[in-house]
Amino acid sequence: MQRSPQDRLYAATIGTLAGFTMLLLLAPTAVVVIISFTGGITLKFPPPSWSMRWYAELLVSDEIIQPALTSLKVAVMATIGSGILGTAAALGIARSRSRLARILDALFMSPMVLPAMAFGLSLLLVFNMLAIRLSTATLVLGHIIICIPYVIRMVGASLQQLNPVLITCSLSLGASRWYTFRRVTLPLIRRGIIASGFVAFLSSFDNVPVSLFLADARTEVLPIKLWAILEGSLDVRVAAVSGVVVIATLLGLIAAERFGGFARQAARS
Amino acid sequence: MRMRSEAMTGMLPAMPLAVLFLFSFVVPLLVLIFLSLFRTPQFTEMGFDQYARFVGDGYNLKVLFDTLLLGVEVALIALVLAYPLGLAYVAAPPLGRTIITFLILLPLLTSSVVRTFAWIVILGREGIVNSAMLAFGLWDQPARLLYTWGGMVLALAQIQLPLMALPIINSLMRIDGNLTRAAEGLGASRFRILFTVILPLTLPGAIAGWLLVFAAAVTAFITQTLVGGGRIILMPLYIYQQAMGVQEWPFSAALSLIFTVAVIGIVAAVGAVSRRYMRGVDAA
Repeated sequence: MQRSPQDRLYAATIGTLAGFTMLLLLAPTAVVVIISFTGGITLKFPPPSWSMRWYAELLVSDEIIQPALTSLKVAVMATIGSGILGTAAALGIARSRSRLARILDALFMSPMVLPAMAFGLSLLLVFNMLAIRLSTATLVLGHIIICIPYVIRMVGASLQQLNPVLITCSLSLGASRWYTFRRVTLPLIRRGIIASGFVAFLSSFDNVPVSLFLADARTEVLPIKLWAILEGSLDVRVAAVSGVVVIATLLGLIAAERFGGFARQAARS
Repeated sequence: MRMRSEAMTGMLPAMPLAVLFLFSFVVPLLVLIFLSLFRTPQFTEMGFDQYARFVGDGYNLKVLFDTLLLGVEVALIALVLAYPLGLAYVAAPPLGRTIITFLILLPLLTSSVVRTFAWIVILGREGIVNSAMLAFGLWDQPARLLYTWGGMVLALAQIQLPLMALPIINSLMRIDGNLTRAAEGLGASRFRILFTVILPLTLPGAIAGWLLVFAAAVTAFITQTLVGGGRIILMPLYIYQQAMGVQEWPFSAALSLIFTVAVIGIVAAVGAVSRRYMRGVDAA
């Protein structure tokens, strides 16, 4: 087909603008990884020299390692908790057209709409009123609520794709509900569960608005610790932490793509 | 009756979560509303004093207005950045699409503190922008970019960009290829097709993305405080200060409720207007 000069101008314009946006998407992540290998003592870019000193420094920074471990622990527990409760709830409401199911669906999705700081503050106020001491358990509880919408949405999307005839067949052939769930439903929605678990883990690990109110000195989590450090000074150790987080996220994304077809799951929901 | 009980049994698996939500989500929010109705932090007398205090002081209104303005600006910039990316995605071969998907997902999944930290490195005194400008001799001294409104808007637009890109790509993929081919066959130029066919058809996706970015930007505590700095006070920091700093519990509860209503109100209003517009398109 003949292409007019104007059409070529169009392709060039869109291409340039899209290229710029792609660079903008990639640059900050790349910058973080590059600066983490600086040999200098400031965030000067480009780095004046190269070294692994900030990673070495990180290994002996107990005040950063402890919050990182707490964050991992909380994220694992919140992922498991929201995964089990959320998958069960999605199974209960996904195919129901009843009014109660619609109400529950809206309720379970609402933490996504509500500014999470209001929720974090409200939980803190309730714990204060009931004289419940803040602990890992109270923090995990808050994180589970925050993670639930992702699980409901992604597992729900997998369930929508599931052919209901398969379940009817299994039941009519005499399999129990539990057996049908284990041998038919679960394998078919496995990818959705893995993908949603990945997102739930990351959103707990990265959560600020709830942790801001519910994490105290004993349960300090990584994002809040890094925020506190950067509020005070532009500490280069944060670059090394960021480098570790970026690499771990990248590996996680590749794994989630490999085992859960993550990109397709994410796009579908 | 039998049907009804069967439907109820089917919903049993949802009940544990329903109970959890009732006690750790619904009840706390009701408590938040209740506590905002006390006159003093000692919770002695009740009254609407906290709300009167908010409306009565211009400073409070300015903090709220600035926060919402930030959301509007960030979402508009993200929209302008994301559209060409979406168009490129649709035109790209499979490998190109995979690359763009990963470019969008990686920052989306990377911790927001890390993404914010990247912008501190980019905008800092010795950061990339200043280094480049000085090296090219465009500036003779480093400019202050960090701790400014503009720097904060730009950083947030980039940080929330994936939330805009995904719905736009989604709605671009849904366009019936016959429509653009018909426009092409009738002699319309690419630009004309973009403005008269593609943009109107992808408006719902753009609005969905706009709302996601708006809601994320106004609540982005970390980026607001670290890139904007302590001198730009927006609602999230204000709520945090009032609650954890000076322990003004009733006032912080009122602030967070006002903020919540404002954000949800804007999201609902824009959503309603766009649905009305969509009905217009369908009818046409």
